[in-house]
Amino acid sequence: MVRSRPPTVVYPVSSPGSLSLQFDGCVADIRGALDSVRSHLAALGLSDERCGAVEIALAEALNNIAEHAFAGRPPGPVYLDAEVEGTCLRINLFDLGCPLPGQTLPTGLHHDLDVAPDALPEGGFGWLLIRELTEEVSYIRSGAENRLTLVFSLE
Amino acid sequence: MNLHSTHGNGINLITVTDTRIDSSVAISFKDTMRTLTEQGPDHILLDLSNVAFIDSSGLGAIVASMKQLGRGKQLDLAGLTPDVAKVFRLTRMETVFNIHKNAASLVPRPVS
Repeated sequence: MVRSRPPTVVYPVSSPGSLSLQFDGCVADIRGALDSVRSHLAALGLSDERCGAVEIALAEALNNIAEHAFAGRPPGPVYLDAEVEGTCLRINLFDLGCPLPGQTLPTGLHHDLDVAPDALPEGGFGWLLIRELTEEVSYIRSGAENRLTLVFSLE
Repeated sequence: MNLHSTHGNGINLITVTDTRIDSSVAISFKDTMRTLTEQGPDHILLDLSNVAFIDSSGLGAIVASMKQLGRGKQLDLAGLTPDVAKVFRLTRMETVFNIHKNAASLVPRPVS
């Protein structure tokens, strides 16, 4: 069983429906952050299905930060803000890791699965899941900072 | 990674007792699956009914578990919970595996 350290809740919380967290960008600490976000969204009254969709996409975004942005270096902090705006949930992720290759978002295309079993892909599904589950995803590299925004429709 | 294997009815039933298959356990999952599928019936049924959450690393580990099987062996899945089913559907991996609603329909559990 992997022990995940709980993230730090950052105060002051800007509004009653928002959540701000800080945690290390390493695989071991992702579960704790996901638990905190899911509990927060459930408390706001989001359905299990909606919470699940957010957790899946957010897990992929955080895995990418841990496995790529902080690859080969000690994990730095990740800052997470989640806020409901009208009929949308907006989650911002900030880190000081390496930029995305080409400083652009990967396309997240479907793999060809009509292949021999030995040739089936074992990875590369992360951005596909993020794109399928979000209404909008955007990325900005500003100085040494990565800023990834995931927007989910709550309608 | 906690997996439990029982043999019966010509099936190697492997039950995942953890609630998550994610990037922190993906390698351990794949290695444990290798150990548990080296012996026993060729038909392997992975019961995922306790698993509430899977990410793409966990999905990749299940695909890898299938690819590392010996010749003539088959891996089927059972008991996908809603979030797990969503990941299989969105990645279209549901087309690659035989997916059963629940393991009990194929392997009656022994009365204990």
